[in-house]
Amino acid sequence: MGLKQNLHNFKEKNKDKKWLPGFNALFTFLYMPNETTHNGTHIKAADDLKRTMNTVIMALVPCLIFGMFNAGYQHYLALGEIESANGFLGASFWTIDNLMIGVWKVLPLVIVSYGVGLAVEFVFAIIKGHEVEEGYLVTGMLVPLIVPVDIPLWMLAVAVIFGVVIGKEVFGGTGMNILNPALTIRAFLFFAYPTWMSGDKVWVHGAVERDQAIAAGQNLDAISGETLLGAYAQNSSLAGIDYWDMFWGIIPGSVGETSKFLIIIGALFLIFTKIGSWRIMLSTIIGALVMGLIFNGVVDAGWIGDTSKFYGLMSVPFWQHLIIGSILFGAVYMATDPVTASQTNKGKWIYGFLIGFISIMIRVFNPAYPEGVFLAILLMNVFAPTIDHYVVQGNVKRRMKRLKVKAA
Amino acid sequence: MSKDIRIKKGLDIKLVGEAEKTTENAIISNFYTIRPEDFHSIIPKLVAKEGTHVKAGETLFYNKDNEAMKFVSPVSGEVTEVQRGPRRRIDAIKITADKEQSYIDHGKFDLSADADKIREHLLASGCWAFIKQRPYDVVAKSDSTPKGIFISGYASAPLSADLNYTLVGKEAELQAAVTALSKLTTGGVHISVGSPNSPLANLEHTTTYKVSGPHPAGNVGTLINKISPVNKGETVWTVNAQDLVIIGEMLLTGKFNAERIVALAGSSVKKPRYFKTKIGSEVSTMVYDNGVEQNGNDRIISGNVLTGKKVAPDGSLDYYSNVITVIPEGDDYEFFGWNKPVFNKISTSRALTFSWLNPKKKYALNTNTNGEHRAFVTTGTYEEVFPLDIYPMQILKACMYKDLDEMEALGMYEVAPEDFALTEFVCVSKQPHQKIIREGLDLMLKEIG
Repeated sequence: MGLKQNLHNFKEKNKDKKWLPGFNALFTFLYMPNETTHNGTHIKAADDLKRTMNTVIMALVPCLIFGMFNAGYQHYLALGEIESANGFLGASFWTIDNLMIGVWKVLPLVIVSYGVGLAVEFVFAIIKGHEVEEGYLVTGMLVPLIVPVDIPLWMLAVAVIFGVVIGKEVFGGTGMNILNPALTIRAFLFFAYPTWMSGDKVWVHGAVERDQAIAAGQNLDAISGETLLGAYAQNSSLAGIDYWDMFWGIIPGSVGETSKFLIIIGALFLIFTKIGSWRIMLSTIIGALVMGLIFNGVVDAGWIGDTSKFYGLMSVPFWQHLIIGSILFGAVYMATDPVTASQTNKGKWIYGFLIGFISIMIRVFNPAYPEGVFLAILLMNVFAPTIDHYVVQGNVKRRMKRLKVKAA
Repeated sequence: MSKDIRIKKGLDIKLVGEAEKTTENAIISNFYTIRPEDFHSIIPKLVAKEGTHVKAGETLFYNKDNEAMKFVSPVSGEVTEVQRGPRRRIDAIKITADKEQSYIDHGKFDLSADADKIREHLLASGCWAFIKQRPYDVVAKSDSTPKGIFISGYASAPLSADLNYTLVGKEAELQAAVTALSKLTTGGVHISVGSPNSPLANLEHTTTYKVSGPHPAGNVGTLINKISPVNKGETVWTVNAQDLVIIGEMLLTGKFNAERIVALAGSSVKKPRYFKTKIGSEVSTMVYDNGVEQNGNDRIISGNVLTGKKVAPDGSLDYYSNVITVIPEGDDYEFFGWNKPVFNKISTSRALTFSWLNPKKKYALNTNTNGEHRAFVTTGTYEEVFPLDIYPMQILKACMYKDLDEMEALGMYEVAPEDFALTEFVCVSKQPHQKIIREGLDLMLKEIG
């Protein structure tokens, strides 16, 4: 009994206090509540929202751990202190030194993301008098994985507050929001602090500082932290990166989105547990491939010459679009957010397809910033209710037709 | 002629405590209680005041909107108490039963009579109460002509009474009832059965459908949706199979005999089995002998675990149920219940829940909600257990924001709360689906009628 009974008594004693939701959030974290059914079904299935969210977090943990090692690996590789790792199990990748950079640079991102985001959630729960909702558990995990490793923590904190308040709470909290909160946070960062979110310096820890030191007159070699996407967008390519590196993820990029291998593992886990929508994941990939094929076709037909500024990305073989950039991460963890995605099964196919299609389109045509996944998902978040509307209208029309046939 | 209906979407909830196929006579109840709330939306006008002596089948109250529609006493005895709630609403009518039962004699009914006679007879004898209608899932309006009458002869809900067992030997009564009912409709009587051996399988004046697949294959709502969904302006009627027996016996003998065979089931019951008892009898006459612990922490449900009503230990069997389920209350905390692997509960996901490993296993579930109430978040889970051609989440939301046009367009005329029992069971956000639908139907009934 002990702890459980004490907590229960404390809860009962403070039933009318305004801050009780804050306490309950911690209490229900420890113990599933003693709530029972009343009328309606007297039994309930085992799943609740906490379990659902927890499953997504479990699918993200491998990406986070890999991202921590990769942060260190890219840093030391750029400094020329280590050999390039050959493959996923390369000796120079899984080292304590690499991990320490990750612990030093990535963990603070996680802590700030959760700390600030959950604080906002608690404040809103107490003001509005409802329980603390679980939505942020996943958002808080996603945010550190989709930002550059060197992003200043205060920027992240500001963005998280913006994202949670404007992206979610003003609509009424988890379940009511229109835009994916994690992507709202990223969009805020991207438009408010573009120099920290794109370019060829931000993706590797230390590159920006090194640049500033050079500018100040020190005699050092600059670190290139360019991503592959950035290179293609400038009609060049990066030496020394092969497709397997991209697949395993030992390339520069946002913290957690580089390893396609681990993302696929996470996707399989989410599909198996029936938490993530396979329809959205699959249709996003199909959409991306179709757009890639169209661009390849345009290049093959000779409509775009190699002098065009779009040539670099358009001529990338269509399937490679899946392993460069963050399209897979977006498809598996972002597009599938059930609240902001389409809610009907048919709608999910359309929604996912358009995300993939538009992602690659933005990737190729946007000169300022070569990654379009987050913009495409946010755009389709806005259109998801429209898609659902037309899908549901199909059902409504069938019903109307039945009525008319009867009347005739 | 038998037709097949096979559904794929749904969920069989396998629970411990299925009733063994032996029937005992329940201890004869001293008190019988009739609750007008069983007849949803009917406003009762009391006839039998406190102290009146009534015979079995004698009117207790009638429908305020339709004086011809009588609701009758299941037993003979003295009306000893009329419990009233706020604004003098009648909550319960309690009858102390006579030792010797006496019945009102309605006379043997000539089954070749025309529709109006049958209608009149059913209304006067109290049998009309067993006829419900859709839209709105309420007792049927007596002046309506349904486009079909639908009866489910296959109880697929968890721990429900097996109709192939409880209705055996009642073929004559069933036949009399459907013969009479078939004259009240233009579209015939449609019966779903689970197996060709069902006592309902070979009745005349009916169309029989063999249904298979997971629950809600046996729900009458599934049958209607697959055969002839209710359009705007149309009405269908539904009757519970066990209630046909009472209607049939009344037609054949003139006696309103409220007797029915009831299953006592559930994991809290030591020896689950069947009882012969009467509508309105006290549940305590059945649940304690070789049943549940006197001071146990259990939930007694009149009906099945998905759609039944919670009753107090001194409560009674409601008007429409043929099962009493007793399961443990779940009013306790569970350490890290939200993230640890779960082996002893049912889940349609595989999020560290392992009921998919062994689909045949039977579970002893309690009444814990397994989580807190939240806004709708996950999508696609309801559709997996919902076989009707309706968007479940969209219609629920339409009910919540009370948009009558949208409710109508999405198919509100076709549904009853029980159709949403499975979506409520699997709901990750623990929303009260059946309550939402009931309130939506009530709103439509009030606004559209």
